[in-house]
Amino acid sequence: MLLALPALLGLVVATFILSRVIPGDAAATLAGDAATPAQIADIRARYGLDRPILEQAIIHVRQVLTGDLGNSIFTGRPVAEEIAQRLPATLELTFAALLLSTLLGVPLGLIAALDHNGPADHLVRLVSVAGLAIASFWLAIMLQMVFSMELDWLPLRGRIDVALGLPPRVTGFLLIDCLLAGDGRRLSSAMLHMLLPALTLSLPGLATIARFTRSGVLETLQKDFVLYARAAGYGRFRLAAIYVLRNAITVTVTQIGLLFGGLISGAVVVEAVFDWPGLGTYAVQAILAADYKALLAVTLVVGVVYAIVNVVVDVLQAVIDPRVSDGTR
Amino acid sequence: MSLLRRLLRDPVAALGLVIVIFAVLVAILAPWIAPYPEDAFESHLLQRLREPSVEFPFGTDNLGRDILSRVILGTRNALAVALSVVLASTVIGIPIGLAAGWKDGWLSDILMRLTDVFLAVPQLILALALGQLMAPGLGTAMVALALTYWPFFARTVFAETRRLRGALFVDALAGIGAHPLRILLLHVLPNAAPAILVRATIGMGFTILTAAILGFLGVGAVPPSPDWGLAVAEARQYLPEAWWFPTFPGLAILLLVLAFNLLGDGLRDAADPRLRRSRR
Amino acid sequence: MTGPDLLRVDGLAVQLGRASILDDVGLVIRPGATMGVVGESGCGKSTLLRAILGILPRHARIPRGAILFEGRDILSDQAASARGRIGFVPQDPYLSLNPVFRAGTQLLEVMRRHAPGNRRQHRAKLIELFRAVQLPDPEGALDKYPHEFSGGQRQRLLIAAALSCDPALLVADEPTTALDVTTQREILALLRRLASERGLALLFVTHDFGVLATLCEQVTVLYAGRVVESGLTRAVLDAPEHPYTRMLLACHPDRAADLIGIPGTVPAADAQPSGCRFHPRCPIAHASCATEVPPLLLTEDRSVACPWHHEPLPEMAVV
Repeated sequence: MLLALPALLGLVVATFILSRVIPGDAAATLAGDAATPAQIADIRARYGLDRPILEQAIIHVRQVLTGDLGNSIFTGRPVAEEIAQRLPATLELTFAALLLSTLLGVPLGLIAALDHNGPADHLVRLVSVAGLAIASFWLAIMLQMVFSMELDWLPLRGRIDVALGLPPRVTGFLLIDCLLAGDGRRLSSAMLHMLLPALTLSLPGLATIARFTRSGVLETLQKDFVLYARAAGYGRFRLAAIYVLRNAITVTVTQIGLLFGGLISGAVVVEAVFDWPGLGTYAVQAILAADYKALLAVTLVVGVVYAIVNVVVDVLQAVIDPRVSDGTR
Repeated sequence: MSLLRRLLRDPVAALGLVIVIFAVLVAILAPWIAPYPEDAFESHLLQRLREPSVEFPFGTDNLGRDILSRVILGTRNALAVALSVVLASTVIGIPIGLAAGWKDGWLSDILMRLTDVFLAVPQLILALALGQLMAPGLGTAMVALALTYWPFFARTVFAETRRLRGALFVDALAGIGAHPLRILLLHVLPNAAPAILVRATIGMGFTILTAAILGFLGVGAVPPSPDWGLAVAEARQYLPEAWWFPTFPGLAILLLVLAFNLLGDGLRDAADPRLRRSRR
Repeated sequence: MTGPDLLRVDGLAVQLGRASILDDVGLVIRPGATMGVVGESGCGKSTLLRAILGILPRHARIPRGAILFEGRDILSDQAASARGRIGFVPQDPYLSLNPVFRAGTQLLEVMRRHAPGNRRQHRAKLIELFRAVQLPDPEGALDKYPHEFSGGQRQRLLIAAALSCDPALLVADEPTTALDVTTQREILALLRRLASERGLALLFVTHDFGVLATLCEQVTVLYAGRVVESGLTRAVLDAPEHPYTRMLLACHPDRAADLIGIPGTVPAADAQPSGCRFHPRCPIAHASCATEVPPLLLTEDRSVACPWHHEPLPEMAVV
């Protein structure tokens, strides 16, 4: 966690520098085509864009530290509010993808390891290499083409059927809000909408997790304690699925933390293809509009979420392997 | 060369190598082997969106251009972008890694912190922002990719340098008064070469993939250039009827990235048997 | 012969790929008897043990032979598996427990499958066994993780685990090599006491002749996957008859380490010599030794796989 702090600060500074050299006059954009130079100057003064860069940077950092992310230069609304609106959509999508990666990747890795050099092993290895080589936007479009356009089984874009509309907003997480409202129709619509985006986003993670689980299980199977457990008469399934997997999974869990960065990048693409109203589309829009306030805030939020995920991963590891918390490893 | 021999013993890695060599040949010979090389720029609106046939094996796109020709011509773009980006990344990353790894101290700290910061920035967002900073185009995409990829080289070289600086032969060289720069360039760097080569190979695949994403999002290659990512983006509005339009450029990306990844894995195993255990 | 056999290994052959690891190995243990198996590393001791425990590697083949436990063939009849009735004490207590599970979790899982009674009874029984093996803090031990025990304590824990399903036979694979000398002695004393108190038969793999002499009434000597000599420990140690055993004891009066100082090396398992597998290194080899597999000859107190066992060894060979 402490290691994440300087990186976060660096991130804020880096994105600030970056955003200030993005061309395009935000004030001019905001004022509109018919604005007079005086109106533009007025807007510039209102957003502090006329002050020296360094002063702007200091003001910015101070505001961020006090939790004030400022107003979007593009929409004029508070950035914090806009992000709060969109963050749940992205979190819901990324966590669904992470869940899919884990729920599919771990068993696949386990099956591959237990069938070492057998047909299942080769198949899983192929999937895990291809999963990292496939372009997510292409996969997304292919899935859309087959399942939404051709077969008409799944919705093409968005989070929920437009005709149904959103459930009353409580958490912003659509699945949870639907559950809270006890609304089965909206829930199933939201889940169907999530299937293709989550599946697309999960593939690289699935590949990585399957691969690390496989090597972890293979390594653990060589251990003396596995031989001993077999000799002592452990059941085959229990030995593989619990006794061995728990050791093997420690490496996999570390990977899940590292995967998160890739998931955020992936979300930008997947959200663009599926019109998912999340942080990814927001970031792209902010970049295109030279909205540095929004871009800074997005980067910061992503950094914070990233740091939190890594703390959670550390805790998980200590839970799985008692030697980690004892420092005896 | 024993590295090559060890590599070829692994059939999967050898397959990767074969595909990569094939792609390089296609890229070099593109103007001569593409059935309609002029389709890089010309459009033929009368034959737009034709299904795959003997005349157009991959069909034609929205401007009536032969997709097979454009996939072949696109190989050149993809490989050129990836090669330039990887080279530029090594030029930035290797000196930083060497400098930071050679001696502990404030310089090393600053360099590695800087590297960490660049690693922490979501790559795609940085690339998008840079793409916006300069005019969108292939050159911009390449700068953006190089700026986001060099930290991986810096980290790799940093780790190798730290490992090697403790080696006996380095002590011996320092003992007879060899200049540190000389030791780094003539002795440490060649020993770090396998790790750099592995990183570069995997980087090729990664860069092709990210460049395609940038092209798809509209901050990479610009029309009418025969870019794979761009083609998939252009194809979206003609679906599902023109299924061949996004399919073949996408398959080309998949095949080439897959080949580099397989080759990279194989190289890692061949270059360093110690690492084999971690992959299995 | 008195009473029925507890464990009977008959003509057992084990192959790994093209390599012959064991060939025509026989062994009999009666209830309450103690048997030691000795030989250099690579002679097939561990494979024999793994075959008895049913944990041979997946690609191992058993072309011939049988292993009968309490009269039932445990190789061909899966249902007759002797799990639980054969307790196993592994070689390395440090590596034999899974570091990420509590000791109790691991031990109780075995009892859940192979011992009668419910979980509460199992816990009570384990605590009682922990007392019997003199493990400190018997009540708290179940909830500790393996790394919280010392090596000697872990071996006691594993001995308790081996006893948890009321076995008739205890199989131990050099259970003291990973421990320091003092702890070694304590563990051996413990094993001896437990075996005699509970009337357990003991199959003990070792290359320590001292351990063999104090713990085992009978001994089987393996060379390159075959039995070369077996009989009462006292008799074999005092007057070894097979040339291999004689040279082994002359070279290393206390440990069956490698035959250093003897010409040649132990043959590779995939390139076993024809005839008597020891003949290339044997100082008294006859022409027929290279072609004919010597049968086990029964003498008054043992069996020996060498028709020339009465011939003296030349002085040179015993350096």
